[in-house]
Amino acid sequence: MQNAIEIEHLKKYFGDVKAVDDISFTVGHGEFFAFLGVNGAGKSTTISILCGKEQMDSGSVMIDGLGHENLDEVKRRLGVVFQDCVLDQPLSVYDNLRYRAALYGISGKEFERTLNELTELFDLKPILKRPVAKLSGGQRRRVDIARALLHRPSILILDEPTTGLDPQTRKNVWEIIHTLRNERKMTVFLTTHYMEETAEADRVVIIDGGKILANATPLELKNKYTGDFITFYDTDELEIKKLGLDYEKFGKAYRIEVADTVKATELVLAHPEIFKDYEITKGKMDDVFLAVAGRRLEQ
Amino acid sequence: MRLYMLIRRNVKLFFKDKSLFISALIAPLILLFLFIAFLGNTYKDSLKSGLMGFPVSDRLIEGFAAGWLISSLIAVCAVSIAFTANLTMVQDKIMGRSNDLAVAPVSNSTLALGYYLATALVTGLICYIALFAGFIYIAIAGWELSVSDVFLTILDTFLLVLFGTAISSVVCRFLKSQGGITAVEVIVSAAYGFMCGAYMPISQLASVLQTVLKFLPGTYGTSLLHEHLMGGAIDAIGTEGASSQLLDGVRDGFDCNLYFFDKAVPQWAMYLVLSVTVIVLVAVYVGICILLERKRKSK
Repeated sequence: MQNAIEIEHLKKYFGDVKAVDDISFTVGHGEFFAFLGVNGAGKSTTISILCGKEQMDSGSVMIDGLGHENLDEVKRRLGVVFQDCVLDQPLSVYDNLRYRAALYGISGKEFERTLNELTELFDLKPILKRPVAKLSGGQRRRVDIARALLHRPSILILDEPTTGLDPQTRKNVWEIIHTLRNERKMTVFLTTHYMEETAEADRVVIIDGGKILANATPLELKNKYTGDFITFYDTDELEIKKLGLDYEKFGKAYRIEVADTVKATELVLAHPEIFKDYEITKGKMDDVFLAVAGRRLEQ
Repeated sequence: MRLYMLIRRNVKLFFKDKSLFISALIAPLILLFLFIAFLGNTYKDSLKSGLMGFPVSDRLIEGFAAGWLISSLIAVCAVSIAFTANLTMVQDKIMGRSNDLAVAPVSNSTLALGYYLATALVTGLICYIALFAGFIYIAIAGWELSVSDVFLTILDTFLLVLFGTAISSVVCRFLKSQGGITAVEVIVSAAYGFMCGAYMPISQLASVLQTVLKFLPGTYGTSLLHEHLMGGAIDAIGTEGASSQLLDGVRDGFDCNLYFFDKAVPQWAMYLVLSVTVIVLVAVYVGICILLERKRKSK
């Protein structure tokens, strides 16, 4: 069975700037795929090429087995949520959805049926007649996502969908995305520079300077690029020093990094008097990015 | 269906922006006020001097001057309002809404025509409101128009609206900022009236300038309006006993007759010039939209 997205040796240069430099990866059907990188890493250029907004210099892009020679059909398979709201601010939510649906040939009863589904899914009824300009950031995001789903795409592309949103709204957006994945079995292609958003992804690709630096599941990335962390609570710094390892202080807690869980277990057995209140955790995606790209992602 | 909904969306966006709509509607009213307040007597005096002492009733002079004012007003508004109405296209670019349209399965030519026809509708609506008000003003001043004059004026306005919309569409396609369109609007409002012979008869300009302006298609649209809104009054002066030589002098002096390298341009040729120009400009505009989009994609 073909993949939802297949990208091979994709290149896109803007003069001397190598925005996308010979990248290849695949996204399976129903997968939650995260594309992680700093601003200017090449994420948005890749998305623009996927959607047919930009032309590639070389390489190939296949969406559900379709190349860009079938661009109209490719566009019907993709729903895109842009980083910034692209709705018509003076128009009502209803008008926005109606006019956008018409671009995909959806009108009349078919539109009303689709609208009813999306209204229920995104709880749009109270805001349907309100102008977009008068909605909160979270409400606009809901409408933005609903707009991207009007034509029932098989792949939902989310270009930094939570940038600039408050924590509660970000949580709500993620609840919606998880609902979509569970109920519609959609392929979700997420670009982000928030590490924690990639933790639940099926696969993460880290891109920097237009090149892919890593491509694996979050667990594989953590195992490969970071060790385990032991965090000690309510203990004395002199006790930690006895371990003879580098440590970091976090308030009243101390954290040391060990190669893996086996090494952590050895330490517990060797120094049971120190291990009274502690936890062993895997490294975070932030640590993975630091190890892979040589710097931390800006939050 | 897609084109129809795009037009509806663009028209609704314009009318929902109250500041845009009101400024577009007020523009002809301000122009009319300025014409009447500052230029009305000038045109009456010009007519009297053109008649070289031939006695004419005040009502005919008032009707003639009103015809000049309204024809000039419509000629300028058809272009200046089109620039205001085309702001929707520029704002789509500024606000990033064009990104959303670019990922939908809609051709560039459909998008281009959507903007063109919506702008023509908005401009036409406002120009016809202004023309209706103008007919009332002429009726109060001194009505000498025949039924055919009225219908031909409606036709002239229609062609000038299509022409103004086409010119503004070509120019606005290159604009990418609010400042850009404001600057263009200021230049157009100030200069176009002189360039098309609306503020001042072309016959009163230097001969080199006259020759140059007769290469501009808008000149012929203004001339058609002059003839159809003033011709009745000029003919009425003839019935009061003025010689045909005197009447020809008035027609030449007020641009009802135009000469291209000393050759009189018949009305059918003026309609032909205007119609062909509209067709060519619309084709150029659609072509530019397609080429710029291709260039942007492959940049």
